[in-house]
Amino acid sequence: MTDDLLVVEDLHAEVEGTPILNGVNLRIKAGERHAIMGLNGAGKSTLASVLMGHPAYTITGGTVQYNGAPLDDLEVFERARAGMFLSFQYPSAIPGVQVGTFLRRSVAAVRGEAPKARAFREELKTAMDKLGMDRSFLARYVNDGFSGGEKKRLEILQMMLLQPRLALLDETDSGLDIDAMRAVAGAINSLPPTCGILLITHYKRLLELVVPDVVHVMIDGRIVESGGPDVAERLEQHGYDGIVAR
Amino acid sequence: MGDEARQAVGEYQFGFHDPEHATIRFDKGLSEQVVRDISALKNEPEWMTELRVKAYHHFMERPMPEWGNAAMLKQIDFDAVTYFLRSSDKTERNWDDVPDDIKHTFERLGIPEAEQKWLGGVTAQYESEAVYHSMREDLEAQGVIFLDMDSGLREHPDLVKRFFNTVVPYTDNKFSALNTAVWSGGSFLYVPKGVHVEMPVQAYFRINAKNMGQFERTLIVADEGASVHYVEGCTAPTYSEESLHSAVVELIALEGSRIRYSTIQNWSASVYNLVTKRGIAHANATVEWVDGNLGSKLTMKYPAVLLKGEGAHAEIISVAYAGEGQHQDAGSKVHHLAPNTTSNILSKSISKDGGRSTYRGMLQVLPKAHGCRSKVVCDALMLDPESRSDTYPTMEVGNASADLEHEASVSKVGGDQLFYLMSRGHTEAEAMGLIVNGFFEPFTKELPMEYATELNKLLDLHMEGSIG
Repeated sequence: MTDDLLVVEDLHAEVEGTPILNGVNLRIKAGERHAIMGLNGAGKSTLASVLMGHPAYTITGGTVQYNGAPLDDLEVFERARAGMFLSFQYPSAIPGVQVGTFLRRSVAAVRGEAPKARAFREELKTAMDKLGMDRSFLARYVNDGFSGGEKKRLEILQMMLLQPRLALLDETDSGLDIDAMRAVAGAINSLPPTCGILLITHYKRLLELVVPDVVHVMIDGRIVESGGPDVAERLEQHGYDGIVAR
Repeated sequence: MGDEARQAVGEYQFGFHDPEHATIRFDKGLSEQVVRDISALKNEPEWMTELRVKAYHHFMERPMPEWGNAAMLKQIDFDAVTYFLRSSDKTERNWDDVPDDIKHTFERLGIPEAEQKWLGGVTAQYESEAVYHSMREDLEAQGVIFLDMDSGLREHPDLVKRFFNTVVPYTDNKFSALNTAVWSGGSFLYVPKGVHVEMPVQAYFRINAKNMGQFERTLIVADEGASVHYVEGCTAPTYSEESLHSAVVELIALEGSRIRYSTIQNWSASVYNLVTKRGIAHANATVEWVDGNLGSKLTMKYPAVLLKGEGAHAEIISVAYAGEGQHQDAGSKVHHLAPNTTSNILSKSISKDGGRSTYRGMLQVLPKAHGCRSKVVCDALMLDPESRSDTYPTMEVGNASADLEHEASVSKVGGDQLFYLMSRGHTEAEAMGLIVNGFFEPFTKELPMEYATELNKLLDLHMEGSIG
């Protein structure tokens, strides 16, 4: 029981009066990999945003415990410092702020102290090489004019540097070619074994590279089915209608 | 400083003050006698005394401007201002000879350190006059003249007479008249033909006394084919009483020369900052203003360039930050007086906590000036709904061949941007700081690195305090 990292119970949330989450239940233990699949509008991204604390969403019911304490008590930045990480589906551009500066300051914020310059350079180089990112990335402005694939790589680079305890990966695979997908999957697979992972995806392809312990199917703001990797298999063959019909 | 006071002024880090240092202090208030006394004290040539007196009368007769922030301007009590305060009997060439507490102030401001590391010369003005001045010997050997303005007039009266009051005549506006009447201190910089001054030279202006008026006067001449980068910084203590800073800066870039003038104005929120800055660019010369306005209660300042010779170029990059109770009324003016002249104007402003920023710009192309090109970009960023931003661009285009571009944008900090940054461990204030630093990046990247770092730190400080 004590190794529960995230416990979501009967979570309801809405945006501007429109209910999106209608009673989500989810339990992720340290070291577990969960995947959530579902159609557009099912509430998958909302769940990730709500967990990270996006102010546009209002929680109207239910509870979320992170690491044994109510998540409600933590502001967004405190969640990050407590080890939560969200890889955004559509990360914002921050014009004028160089990627290098942003990474260094984010790492300092999350770790609580500025990293040593030389060690950080090494760490950065190793991570970027792994993702096949050119050094010239560091001088560009954060997500400003980035292609979809570049944005996703930058998200994963941040994940690698911030070393989360719980990684929420929101459609990190969309917009990636097969080589990029392999690099991203490699990065996810090399997270520490105690890290909890929640993968949100439309496609089975990523789940072949990052094999989940549990696959959930989300429809209309609820998790309607949970099981092993075979759930993804069935979805691929029969579609969501097959699930709804059951 | 108590908590309330700190809240009132935000996180202004240069608000400390020293015990007042005065070897000569004039009574408050302005009269012809005050003007004559300043001139007499400095043993000035008669032409300067007469110019001052004429300017004084013009100032008295000239009505207060009805534009900008007329309501704030009307609050200035000219009788409550100290027009001259000498804090040290001479301008020293060695920091060790500067009175201890004044030296200490400049050390806290990091001036001697910067000088050692990367400046070609430094003038440090405290109240009305320079207390320290020095320039690298190699520049002196090349004939570069860099002096405080009082010494400039004393040592090079003919050069000064030839250029003084020619770019910004005292009749230009009420505050240029005031400055001409009571000016003291400022810089005189002359770069001889073909000399390139590689390291920036800096002047730092510090107001320490309450109700002080600082009226420095700066004249920079780059002779044919010369180039120089001049940097100006300024701060003042935080008082409830107001101080007045009214400078005039004249730049003359002769044929093929280049002058870059960079300012980081960081006055405390009790200072009226009413400054006239203008440069003339002769044929194929370039005048660049890099102008940052972070502090003051009210700033009205419009760096201008007269493109007088064919092929001349103007580059003006300015940023303004208006916090609580502040109004930054700033902008750029470029006058294309000759053919094939070009200009680039980039203005960026940020308003926060009810602060107000105004862009007031002028772009003029004379009928005879064919083949001119100009690009004007104004971006405003508002950090909360209480703040205000206005844009008043004026264009007077007399020649149809002109190629002009004008872009303006007003934006708000997006909730998604903040959320994104906060999800990376940054507090809301830190996230704002990053966004604001990024917004000003086109400006900061034009500054020497040391200033850019300092400016970003300052902006971060400004983002703290009122949030959360």
